[in-house]
Amino acid sequence: MKKTFHHAFGVDKSICVGCTHCMKVCPTQAIRIRGGKAELMANRCIDCGECYRACPVHAFKIEEDDLSAIHRFKVPVALVPAVMMAQFPDNVSTGQIYQAIHKLGFSRVFEVEQSVNFLKEKMMEYQQKNAARPLISTFCPATVRLIQVRFPALTDHFILLKPPHDLTAELVKNNLLNEGHDENEIGMFYITPCAAKIAAIKSPVGEEKSIIDGVINIDSLFNKIMYLLKNEEGISAADERTHLGADAITWSLTNGEAKHMKYTTLAIDGINNVDEFLEKLENEEINNVDFLELRACDESCAGGILCASNRFLVQGRLLRRASLSQQKTNNKSLTGKEKTEASAFLESKMTLDTIDARPVKLDEDLGTALKKMERIRELMCFLPGFDCGACGSPNCRALAEDVAQKRANISNCIFIQHTSLIDRDHAGRIIQKIWGDESLNKDCSKKGAKHEGN
Amino acid sequence: MELKYKIQGGNFNRAGYASSEVKKVLKQLNVDPKIIKRIVVALYEGEVNIVAHAFNGLATVTIDAEKIKIVLKDSGPGIPDVEKAMELGFTTASPAVREMGFGAGMGLPNMKKNSDFMEILSTVNVGTEVVLMNYFSK
Ligand SMILES: Nc1ncnc2c1ncn2[C@@H]1O[C@H](COP(=O)(O)OP(=O)(O)OP(=O)(O)O)[C@@H](O)[C@H]1O
Ligand code: SF4
Ligand SMILES: [Mg+2]
Repeated sequence: MKKTFHHAFGVDKSICVGCTHCMKVCPTQAIRIRGGKAELMANRCIDCGECYRACPVHAFKIEEDDLSAIHRFKVPVALVPAVMMAQFPDNVSTGQIYQAIHKLGFSRVFEVEQSVNFLKEKMMEYQQKNAARPLISTFCPATVRLIQVRFPALTDHFILLKPPHDLTAELVKNNLLNEGHDENEIGMFYITPCAAKIAAIKSPVGEEKSIIDGVINIDSLFNKIMYLLKNEEGISAADERTHLGADAITWSLTNGEAKHMKYTTLAIDGINNVDEFLEKLENEEINNVDFLELRACDESCAGGILCASNRFLVQGRLLRRASLSQQKTNNKSLTGKEKTEASAFLESKMTLDTIDARPVKLDEDLGTALKKMERIRELMCFLPGFDCGACGSPNCRALAEDVAQKRANISNCIFIQHTSLIDRDHAGRIIQKIWGDESLNKDCSKKGAKHEGN
Repeated sequence: MELKYKIQGGNFNRAGYASSEVKKVLKQLNVDPKIIKRIVVALYEGEVNIVAHAFNGLATVTIDAEKIKIVLKDSGPGIPDVEKAMELGFTTASPAVREMGFGAGMGLPNMKKNSDFMEILSTVNVGTEVVLMNYFSK
């Protein structure tokens, strides 16, 4: 695996209108506008998906494996998170969903939260054995990356245990191997609610290589299943669903983890809330928290950017399912002996390596960094502080930094163009470089204009 | 490089501003996080002391490639017996301040512990100047 940071996001330049919405909301200031299009800075992007949400023209593309990729394997396995099952309206039964997933070509279907009971116990033990406070969950890859990039000092606080989808994948694969299948016959496909999970699979932190072979987005699988259900007869119930307890069903919701941990625990969702809290934590303003559950999305994974259904509906369905599951005992749950064997196996697979900090800094060398910082502060004397973004950087401070890092020119600022008496032609050329050749031409087909949609 | 932050006596909501800003700067300069942590703790305690005990003050922070020097200068009541004030647990904090979770008499000792050099100059009824120094090399 190459050690660059893989991101699941791409900008479709034919769609992007260079509007700055994404650049303004990015929590790590990873976006610039160049040539009238959004550009991502790979070392800063944390795959949280704020840009995707903010884009008014849907120019952000999230890579996924084509469903046909599963045919490379004799035994393609769908690893489905509980939020996926909760995308469907109430008149679609889970049995039907399973059946439809089979129809699409998967030979096995498993819900990833199967390993939650195991993980929950291990997290509680971890809390007993490790002195670091607060301990921070590694469940949400976007918040893990936020900490790596923006809060390097907090990387010692991670609970170094694999997330449920990884553990379940290990377990499922092991069972299939024991059934006599060959290693390369088995294809593990994770159905993802977000780009962060894709990035975490394609360039994992804390492990060499992910056990997952491919990723399919919830929204695209959802569409295919809905299409099948509408257009094909006889999609009946497949009775192979493993029983999930309430704790497993609600694990990916806000407070799904925190409610099981000891002492003072907090569950924080929404990337900006997380960022604000971590800032205070790093400032030593907060020092009595024992466990932190951090999720990038509002309402956690129910609000994942690839979810097809409204986050509150998804959350409601999961909560309902959880309360039903408490009443039901299911013949599919594991026997005592199976459980012990599974635990012993998972225990050998559960640990993550340390997760490195990769802070954004001005320079490796302190002396040089200091010079750049002084330059930034000097430049800030001249920039107006309006944070308008017309320079193609998210705000004045970011432009100053881009200038100090030789990524931009001070005359990118339209107000500097004015005060430094740059001639019109020159200013025009600068603006063209940032905003592209045509963006200032009259265009009545743009969103909100007279002939929108033409 | 020199950074300056005003500190307002009595305003506990704003205490921590200077330490938070200095932290952001040091992070970008690639200073070791463990050293940043010590500096943040020391400066924060210094800020809170001005807020809790003095009228107003100024933090002047000078950074070069080797070290950070912080001068916390306030106008206020001053400290009559610096040696005594440095003792663990010594406090003159009012009950109101203690109710807000301050006033354990831990601040000055904590500043001493988290800095490589510390000096207090104080004149009663005029004010106090605390100088802190931390080196960046490990
Ligand atoms: N800037 C200052 N001006 C006047 N008096 C001060 C100042 N800083 C500290 N003192 C005096 O020194 C005492 C000890 O300070 P120290 O910071 O150790 O404890 P504290 O501020 O009382 O409590 P804590 O810091 O634990 O909240 C204070 O109670 C106060 O009397
Ligand atoms: S909260 Fe869940 S859906 Fe959102 S980024 Fe994190 S893991 Fe993905
Ligand atoms: Mg104090």
